Amino acid sequence: MKPAHAHEHTLVDDINELTHQDPALCYQCGKCSAGCPIREFMDVAPNKVVRYVQLGLFDKALQSATIWLCAGCQTCSTRCPKSFELAAFMDALRELAQERGIEPSDQAVYKFHQAFLKQLRHHGRLYEMGLIRDFKLSTFKLMQDVDVAPAMLLKGKIGLFPHNIKNREAVRRIFKNVETIEKEEHS
Amino acid sequence: MKIGVYICYCGENIGRTVDCAAVAKACAELPGVVDSVDYKYMCSDPGQNIIKNAIREKGLQGVVVASCSPHMHEKTFRRACSDSGLNPFLCEIANLREHCSWVHEDVPAATRKAIDLVRMAVEKVKRNGELEPIRVPVTKRALVVGGGIAGIQAALDVANAGFEVVLVEKEPSIGGHMSQLSETFPTLDCSQCILTPRMVEVYQHPRIKLLSYSEVEKVEGFIGNFKVTIRRKARSVIEERCTGCGLCVQKCPTKKAPSEFEQGLAKRPAIYVPFPQAVPNKPVIDRNVCTHFRTGKCGICKKVCGRDAIDFEQQDQFVTEDIGAIIVATGYQLYSISKKPDDSAIKGYGEYGYGKYPDVIDGLQFERIASASGPSSGEIRRPSDQKEPKKVVFIQCVGSRDEAKGFTYCSKICCMYTAKHAMLYKHKVHDGEAYVFYMDIRAGGKMYEEFVRRAIEEDGVKYIRGRVSRIYPSGGKYIVKGEDTLAGEPIEIDADMVVLATAMIAQPNAQKLAQVLGVPYDGYGFYQEVHPKLRPVEVSTAGIFLAGACQSPKDIPEAVAMASAAASKALVLFGSDQLEREPTVAKVNEATCIGCFYCQKVCAYNAIEVKEIRDRKGNLVKTVASVNPGLCQGCGTCNATCPSKSIELLGYTDEQIFAEITALG
Amino acid sequence: MKIGYFPGCSLGGTAKEFDISLRAVMKALGVELVEIDDWSCCGASSAHASSHLLAVSLPARNLLLAGQQGLTEIVAPCAACYSRLVIAQHEVANDAGLKAKVERAIESPLPAGEIRILNVVQLFERIGPEKLQAAKRVDLAGLSIAAYYGCLLVRPHEITGFDDVEQPVIMDAILAATGARLVDWNFKTECCGGAHSISHKPIVTKLSKKILDDARQSGANVVAVACPMCHSNLDMRQVELRKEGGHQDLPVLYLTELLGLALGLGRKELGLDLHFVRLPEQAQTAPQENRA
Repeated sequence: MKPAHAHEHTLVDDINELTHQDPALCYQCGKCSAGCPIREFMDVAPNKVVRYVQLGLFDKALQSATIWLCAGCQTCSTRCPKSFELAAFMDALRELAQERGIEPSDQAVYKFHQAFLKQLRHHGRLYEMGLIRDFKLSTFKLMQDVDVAPAMLLKGKIGLFPHNIKNREAVRRIFKNVETIEKEEHS
Repeated sequence: MKIGVYICYCGENIGRTVDCAAVAKACAELPGVVDSVDYKYMCSDPGQNIIKNAIREKGLQGVVVASCSPHMHEKTFRRACSDSGLNPFLCEIANLREHCSWVHEDVPAATRKAIDLVRMAVEKVKRNGELEPIRVPVTKRALVVGGGIAGIQAALDVANAGFEVVLVEKEPSIGGHMSQLSETFPTLDCSQCILTPRMVEVYQHPRIKLLSYSEVEKVEGFIGNFKVTIRRKARSVIEERCTGCGLCVQKCPTKKAPSEFEQGLAKRPAIYVPFPQAVPNKPVIDRNVCTHFRTGKCGICKKVCGRDAIDFEQQDQFVTEDIGAIIVATGYQLYSISKKPDDSAIKGYGEYGYGKYPDVIDGLQFERIASASGPSSGEIRRPSDQKEPKKVVFIQCVGSRDEAKGFTYCSKICCMYTAKHAMLYKHKVHDGEAYVFYMDIRAGGKMYEEFVRRAIEEDGVKYIRGRVSRIYPSGGKYIVKGEDTLAGEPIEIDADMVVLATAMIAQPNAQKLAQVLGVPYDGYGFYQEVHPKLRPVEVSTAGIFLAGACQSPKDIPEAVAMASAAASKALVLFGSDQLEREPTVAKVNEATCIGCFYCQKVCAYNAIEVKEIRDRKGNLVKTVASVNPGLCQGCGTCNATCPSKSIELLGYTDEQIFAEITALG
Repeated sequence: MKIGYFPGCSLGGTAKEFDISLRAVMKALGVELVEIDDWSCCGASSAHASSHLLAVSLPARNLLLAGQQGLTEIVAPCAACYSRLVIAQHEVANDAGLKAKVERAIESPLPAGEIRILNVVQLFERIGPEKLQAAKRVDLAGLSIAAYYGCLLVRPHEITGFDDVEQPVIMDAILAATGARLVDWNFKTECCGGAHSISHKPIVTKLSKKILDDARQSGANVVAVACPMCHSNLDMRQVELRKEGGHQDLPVLYLTELLGLALGLGRKELGLDLHFVRLPEQAQTAPQENRA
């Protein structure tokens, strides 16, 4: 649903393009926030993030830690009385924040995802040791999980060495192509 | 021919886009037109006088008024014509507003179109016939379907005006949902105390024939002349002999059937009276649970009855009533949060337990709990363990305002009855805590806002703005997970009992009944009024009127007002011995009709009848279709369907229509 | 019976026992798993969190590979992989513009037909509880199982179309074939915190505790899962919960491990010794005294 009248392109239009739904649908009932398992750890309640977008306070929405803490569990979208896809809305905000160069409010989550994707791009599959190493180095959470690490290694649950797929190049090309396509869209 | 053409400016509405003076000038040249005048407001008294004078002075044989839509003023101008001695159907309207000035911007083009429209209307009116209104007799008896508060009010109004009423109620007793309520807002009157006097009045009224435990089976006929077949379901009790002593109910060994009146919170026997103040106070046997009907044994009720009023062989009976007007007051039911089939458009609330948690109840169940005559004698006790709940959570908008689950609309009464419930709870459990989760508060009636504020300010009910995402049982309590959107804080409450304000929806058989009656209904199953603003109690089928919640969610004062309105419509009907109907109905050319009856197949109003043409000796010459002018609504479907072009619509004959088309050039 | 197999990254590492037990059970039931040749990571939550196009393209590559291998049906045991695959297929089928971009990204047109993607619960639904009943050798009457579905098996409901989104029962029905008791409990689909396990451990610890507490209160002595992330969060994070004090261990087993036990397979064979919280030896067959 697009806004009917001609106007300057705003974040709302970007969201519409990515999610094919209009934030005006939300009537702020709060059921999403009420059922969100991560709610108590968020700085801004999920329904409030939508409210910020509705009011045009885009920076407040994009700078919230909420959009990064969203676990994508879909509880909100499932129960929303307006069938508003809030989880997809959060995905869109995350993508748009990165596109607009806004520093993610939650660095731990962001760095985790960056570390994960770096491994994936390089090996074609997740090299868990590499992920943990990169994550710890970038966040300095060096001591986390040292209690379970030895057990994980002994059980063989974390490989010391990465497994490379045969056609690693194919995966690298996917990453590169996606970057190219996205760059084209933003210009 | 002498035709007069009258062009209206309609102030700016037409005048801004159509050059009315130019139109009048051009139309003066049309063949047959002897008078062509433009005027600012044709519908005004001076405007009408122009027409009236012209008819008299110039001997006009036809009038074309070029103005707004015929929906607005066709009646006005037709009356002006008939007042001056010209048959009203010799007046045609050319719509220069909705069909011209309101949809175009180019003035010259709109003006040319306006001239075309008038020319078409002139050619048509030359071929119009003088039609006389159709008169049908009126049976001055009303049928009221549904014996709740709306049906009761309508029945009393019509009966008190001196006319007979047949009141049909599908349950064993009249009273409807209002009889189940404990107290009513905003006065906190005891519901049964104000209702039962009316119920008794209905029962004792000399002009009201009460058919309880009955349903409307078939409706034939038309306004003023309905023939209604009613199925009187078998109570298995001979009403005339029964004194209502109650011995059979006492002695019935089957005591475990869930009571409908108590909304499943208590049990009743197989032979039962729904509630002590039931009208009529005669029992009925539920054949599904009665031991005698299931196994052939027992029969204790028959043995103990001192009046031999039990009749196991009793069958459903059919009665036919002649009726002039029908008032539909069949009421509502509450939406259930139970799990619905996968392909259903309506979903249940799995997040609230699909109705499996015994202490998560709906509004009518709370009413029974709070009622002095209810399962816990008016003490607030929760269903699972009969303990007094110390923390009760009320949740509004369950099912309502919820597109995802199926009902987009607001059920209107829940904000008020939830405040009432919370207040009743606090009045009875002084140390109890009451919480209300809401999205908005809709308290628009008289003394309604004050009522809700009283709940908050005087009775200490805590209102939290936000929907609840989940309810689940834990350690004998129910965890309610919500959010206060005003403070932006998550709220979790460990409640002893939860009351859900579930949506007011159409009755389960609403659609089936509507099809029997011939009443249109909307996507939700609510019966559809003709015009939402100006004709709220009429439906498009003439002679049938609506009252109460069957039309849309509403509270008792609105239902009562609507019932009286519907009654007044019936009384308007009964005010004349004959009914006048528009003559623009279909007519069969019996000479060319081949008797194929395709028209009958497509007629939505059952207006086509079979007519036998016989010669003087009584031999059958041919069978033709014949239109019942009382039923025909003039839709023209038959006209379009007839393969031999033998059926035409008076006022819209093929000749008239083709003349219009040809006039367009 | 033959079915395509997308293990996903975790089944080769942190969720090794899921892979082990799945293969063992499939062998016992005579189902052949055909692993997708040279499959790559589906992108999991991280691609999904960063770029929509990447999140659809990565799974799309695997659907392409499956199609090229002639596989019409695949099982993805990891609920996250299952979710990404099903959503990717759904989105490209309904958005021509997106499909064009994805095909550009993976440098190939996508296969024309739809590939049936099953999660591990649907796999056993497909095999049928009757077949499981018939193959049962050990009765698990001593177990009271809380079947934990997590988020991604049932949601988003319009795409997975699987079971009831609030009160699912299919995994319960499958596990009932083992003779174990399935408890009715409240946290069947409550989120465990997912991928925040590493970036925000306290979130996962707290949410896992809520889930385990409800399972225990409802009378369960074991939790059944069908997702590696859920398993890791509920199993491994109990090490953290033990430190908090007042914690009572509650073993968490994969659906396939439980079914394997019922089929008479050995603990080591199923990878049960790889868990952080052990299933007590006598638990599975001993009849319970106090059934809550």
